[in-house]
Amino acid sequence: MLISNMEVVPGKRITQHLGMVQGSTVRAKHAGRDIMAGFKNIFGGELKGYTELLSESREEAIDRLKQQAAALGANAVINVRFSTSSIAAGASEIFVYGTAVLVEDR
Amino acid sequence: MELIVFLVLLGLGYVFGRLSESRHYRSIIQREQVLRGVSVVPVKIPPPEYLRHESTLVCGSVVISVDYFKTVAASLRNIFGGRVGAYESLLDRARREAVLRMQDEARQLGAETIYNVKYETSRIGENAAKGLGSVEVLAYGTALIASTASK
Repeated sequence: MLISNMEVVPGKRITQHLGMVQGSTVRAKHAGRDIMAGFKNIFGGELKGYTELLSESREEAIDRLKQQAAALGANAVINVRFSTSSIAAGASEIFVYGTAVLVEDR
Repeated sequence: MELIVFLVLLGLGYVFGRLSESRHYRSIIQREQVLRGVSVVPVKIPPPEYLRHESTLVCGSVVISVDYFKTVAASLRNIFGGRVGAYESLLDRARREAVLRMQDEARQLGAETIYNVKYETSRIGENAAKGLGSVEVLAYGTALIASTASK
């Protein structure tokens, strides 16, 4: 499955648009991490735990996007966009959406 | 007593925040030199010479926390208005770090350039009402990899 955030795929021709596909996930880190983050708010620096958490959830969201696209019979998802929102204390939603298409070699 | 706690936190934030910021800037500048080979272009559609390249999505993200000193400095600045330098450097660091991680991922895939780069910034933090807790920056784009067929 080809994933790209461009509107076109270089060297390939889009033969069919199959509509929008999306994937989302809401994740939270355990309380210990949150306490560590509270300390970090005094000292500053990178919050490795949260970086990890968000990239894991992003991967999962992309997986769901791919599943949806595969169910539609697409072989590529183009024009992919990410969006993040923190919905509650310590939990955040990762949302990814794109257009499922069929591409073929030119 | 409260004043002592406040001053201690302020001092700790200042010292450790400064230290980690200067260390981070040094590492950013050093890695930017190394990763200069992977060009980052915020252009939507690549020129025709990349027609035979393979494309794939790459992203890099980082969560950086403010320190106590920055929080206090920014809330003072909120009263008088003007540039909030404390947060500017925080966001600058986060953006550059995110781009570096994206470039690193692209280089591991053997890409030479990244097109259509987009940024996404969001605020994470339990004390969202009190101000900026920590900030997440995501940079993503499409890496163009020279396929073996094109050579």
